Parts: sequence; structure tokens; C-alpha cells
Amino acid sequence: MNIIETSGLSKRYGSTWALRECSLAVPAGHVAALVGPNGAGKTTLLKLAVGLAAPTAGTVTVLGGRTPGSPAALDGIAFVAQDAPLYKNLPAVDMLHLTRNLNRRFDQRYAETRLAEFGIPLSRRAGKLSGGQQAQLALTLALARRPRLLLLDEPVAMLDPVARHDFMATVLTAAAEDGVSVLLSSHVLAELERVADYLILLSRGRVQVAGEIDDLLASHRVLTGPAAEAGRYAERSVVHVRRGEAQAHLLVRAAADDPVPPDWEAHRVGLEELALAYLREPGAAALPGPARARALPLETGEPSEVTR
Amino acid sequence: MTALTMPARPEQDASLRPVPWRRMAWVTWRQHRFALAGVAALLGALAVCLWLVGLQVHHAYAAAAACHPAGSAICYDMFSSFSGMDGFLANGFILQAVPALIGAFVGAPVLAREMETGTFRYAWTQGFGRWRWTLAKLVLLAMAVAAAAGLFTLLMSWYYQPYFAAGNQTPQTPLFPGLFGLRGVAFAAWTLAAFAIGALAGVLIRRVVPAIAATLAAYAGLAFATGLFLRQHYLTPLLTSNSNPPGSAWIISQQWQTTGGQPVSQSVLSQVLQGAPQLAGKGGVPKSLNVTQYLSQHGYTQWTSY
Repeated sequence: MNIIETSGLSKRYGSTWALRECSLAVPAGHVAALVGPNGAGKTTLLKLAVGLAAPTAGTVTVLGGRTPGSPAALDGIAFVAQDAPLYKNLPAVDMLHLTRNLNRRFDQRYAETRLAEFGIPLSRRAGKLSGGQQAQLALTLALARRPRLLLLDEPVAMLDPVARHDFMATVLTAAAEDGVSVLLSSHVLAELERVADYLILLSRGRVQVAGEIDDLLASHRVLTGPAAEAGRYAERSVVHVRRGEAQAHLLVRAAADDPVPPDWEAHRVGLEELALAYLREPGAAALPGPARARALPLETGEPSEVTR
Repeated sequence: MTALTMPARPEQDASLRPVPWRRMAWVTWRQHRFALAGVAALLGALAVCLWLVGLQVHHAYAAAAACHPAGSAICYDMFSSFSGMDGFLANGFILQAVPALIGAFVGAPVLAREMETGTFRYAWTQGFGRWRWTLAKLVLLAMAVAAAAGLFTLLMSWYYQPYFAAGNQTPQTPLFPGLFGLRGVAFAAWTLAAFAIGALAGVLIRRVVPAIAATLAAYAGLAFATGLFLRQHYLTPLLTSNSNPPGSAWIISQQWQTTGGQPVSQSVLSQVLQGAPQLAGKGGVPKSLNVTQYLSQHGYTQWTSY
């Protein structure tokens, strides 16, 4: 079952396309990271998935074919919007009560246990809690609904490192123990390797990379060799070229057993390095199906020259 | 067999049993109890005033109605003091403001606050559902304010009963512009209308304070437009050439006509009056109370629609 599936999904605000021709299929059981620069369409995609916005064109379904925003979809999806919106004047206990009343399922004991773990007093107003506590409260409200899909929009952007770690630990526990599928947007790349096992890279409203992180890492290599010879590998699928004084680093799409040319070394690529390379090359793409990475031109000029 | 006795899968379950409507009652109360308490306080304070003054009004009317002889100066004074007791309500215009306040401070924030603080992203993604949430909240709050307004109307009709019974001896007649829109179901209806205006303004403007201002402005505009332009079309006006229409009448227009039925302009009337030097005051402006009589003698008729 696909936890979220889109086809030609586009959304326009005024004359700006927030999302264009976005086609995705994320299988259930993943912690999927939605990555991209500001304005890439991450929030728009999440809003479409949860029914807070309607597509301009294309289709989106969630939880195996349900319409976003329909009661059946909302029942299985919990969404924590950016900055964790809560009723600031309500005490935590009333936020629990509110959420319990608005949903078919609500695990009160789980919620109270989790708030106690994080030292969040039930009687304190949500607006008086620290940023990390507010985020934890919002996450607790979402998880106590026992969702099958948890959508998080920039959940840790405003948090300090400790709160960030705690937050992600909670998410990972829910994913591992309760089998909750997670789709979280973030522009903090460093977190992702530890947290996510599926990557969706959005750029300028288009999907650039989508796939399981293990597959992506296995199908990419960094080749390091003499800078002068960088142009010789035009036939390979080069995503990004980084040149130093003497050496060039090529991120290429290649399997682990692909032959490495003499004088060149092959390295495994890290997720952050991979994501950064694609973010720097909006023209490159790694999508399921036929490879779409472009070949490196024979004559590369400036070090910053990119493949087109 | 285990497969057959397995509980329904969540997605099937969800389509069968939505979250019950009644659960919104607590939600609505918890989130809007201060606004509802404000309505109760406002109407309660007015109700106490109306009750206290109303007792005096009833006494004063009983005394004035029992006064003999009816035309004497003492009786006239009694009636005018009876009439003056209503002064604190400014001829009902204070009460006209109540629906506006309810619309602005209960209706406008319902959706505008969710939009302004971003909490709609929480509220509209819960299992209850966006449209059901909105519908339940608006209906519950509308019912609450309409019920409060309805109860207040009962007190108001008791309060004005002596005035309406006094007929045209006081200005507080049932058709008086300040009171007409408050009688019977009209007060609750205006309250509901103001609430709806407030909710609509809130969803369009998405900010609380501008939505409140817009609600007050829109309500005032609607109330004045209704009083000035719409109300005269409720019923076909009656027409009389009697120069003394009933005292309780709400006069829409008055016009002088010739015996042939042609309307007469103000300048023609002035010329006619110029010809009556004993009546003309300074600058040709007639001062005498006998203008009506004088014009009637010269073949003009005053038609009054009411």
C-alpha cells in the first residue's frame, strides 16, 4: 500500500506554481524525509496530503487510495503543522480533552505518560510551555490518535539540539514500535541520515529525487581522481562535479561493482552529500524508472560548471 | 475462523462510524465560554436594568391611565414622565447595538482566530472533519446566541407593554423606528444575522480585529439600509388625506397635491404662502401652525402615506 501517491500533482497560488507535475508513490512503513530549499513546495505537498489545500491539477491520495481531507483519511492521518499550532490559552489537559473529543481513537494513558516523561505539567497553558515542550505536546496529541501516517512539517526547525533529539526519538519509537509511517519535511540535512529511510527531494516545485535511501546510496558513488581527467567520464551518469586544486570529485550514478578507471578511487556517498549534490544541480534527477541523470559534457569549463 | 472474527479494519470502521456530533458541544463550550459568558453578562445587565425600570414603568402607566380628567395638565405631566422613563435606552437604539456586539465579539472570532493563529491546521485535520467541525461550531453558537436573544425579547415585550398599550400618547409606539426592529422574533433574527455576518467576515478577512470592525460596519449599514429603504416595502402603505394621521403611524412620505391630483412643488407652496401676508414670517418662511389649514383652503390637499 502506498501511504501517499500523487500523479501530475500541481498547485498554483496566484501566478506562482508551488508544486508542478509532482508524481510520487511512497510505500507504507517508511520514515520518509521531504527535503528541499525554502519555497520548494514541501509545505504545499503536505497541505495537499492532509486536505488543507486542493490541487490545481493532478491527483493525490493517501493511505492507499483515500481522498485527502475525507473523514476516512483524516481518521488515519495525524498532522503536526509548522510551529506546532496549539490553542495557547488552553492547558495541556484541555488540549488532550479537545483532541480526544475530535477523534474516534485517543490513547489518553499514552498521552499522559509521554507528557509526564517530558515534565510537561498538565495544568500549564500551552502558550506558557517552552518551544520544545510545545512541539512535544503537539506530537503527543498526534501520536495518541494512533495514526497510521504521521505528517510533520518542519518539526524541528525551531528546536534546540536536545529538544530536537528528543522529538526525533519519539517519532522513531512510534515508527519502530507502532508501525506508523512518517513523512516529515525538513531542510536540516544532518538529521536525516539517522532518522529517515526514504528520501524525497523537492526543488522548485518538482520532485528531483525519490527513493529508499539505501537504494539511493547503493546506486551512487563518489569518484575521486585527477582534475584534468574529469572530462573523460562523460559517458557515465554524472550528477555533480566538485573540483579541487588537483583532484575532482564526481558524484555518479553507479553500482558498487561498476569498474573504476585507473588512477580513480571510488567511495561510498553519504546522504547529506548526495542530497547537497542534487540540490546544487536542479537539472539532475534520480527517480524510480529510467535514469534521468544527464551525462557530463565533454569539455567542462569553469569548476562550477554543471551538467545540463 | 480467525480471519472471520477479526475486528473490522480501521478504514472500513471509519467510513461506518464518524465521530459523534455531540462531542463538539464540549469543544465549542471550552473554546467559546468567555464569549458566551460575555453575551450572558451583557444581556443580563440590560435585563436587570429593564426589569428595574420596567417595574416603575408599569406603576407609572397604571397611575397615568387611572388619572382623571384625562386631558388635564397633571395627567399630561404624568404621561410625559412615564414616557421619559424610557430615556436610558435612547429610544431603543441602545438595544439595536446588542446584535451588533454579539455578531462582532462572538461571530467574528469563531473562524478568524483559527486562521490568524494558524490553529485551523490543527482543528481541520482532526478525525472530526473540517466541514463537520465548522458546521457544528457555527450551529451551536448560533443556537446559543439566538436562544439568549429570544429570552431577552420576552423581557423586552413585557417592558414595552405599557407603552404600546398607551397607544399614541407616547412616542414609543410599536412602529417607532427604534423599536420596530426589536419586537417579536426580529431581535433574535437580527442577532442571528449579525452572528452570520461576523462569521463570514472572519472567514474572509482571516484576522480577528479587522473582522470585528467589518462586522460592526456591515451590521450598521444593513440596519440603516433596512430601516431607510427596505421597511417601507414590507406592506403597501396606507394613504390618507386626513391632516391628522393616527398617532401611532410611521409616516413614510407626505406630499401636497392640487385638486386635480398633480403634485405641488415646495416653491409653488411658498408662493401661495407669500400671498398670505398675515401668515408669512421673516424671509417668507411661514411660521404659523395654520399653514396646513391655509393651504387646504386654497385647494391643496396633503396626502400622507404611512
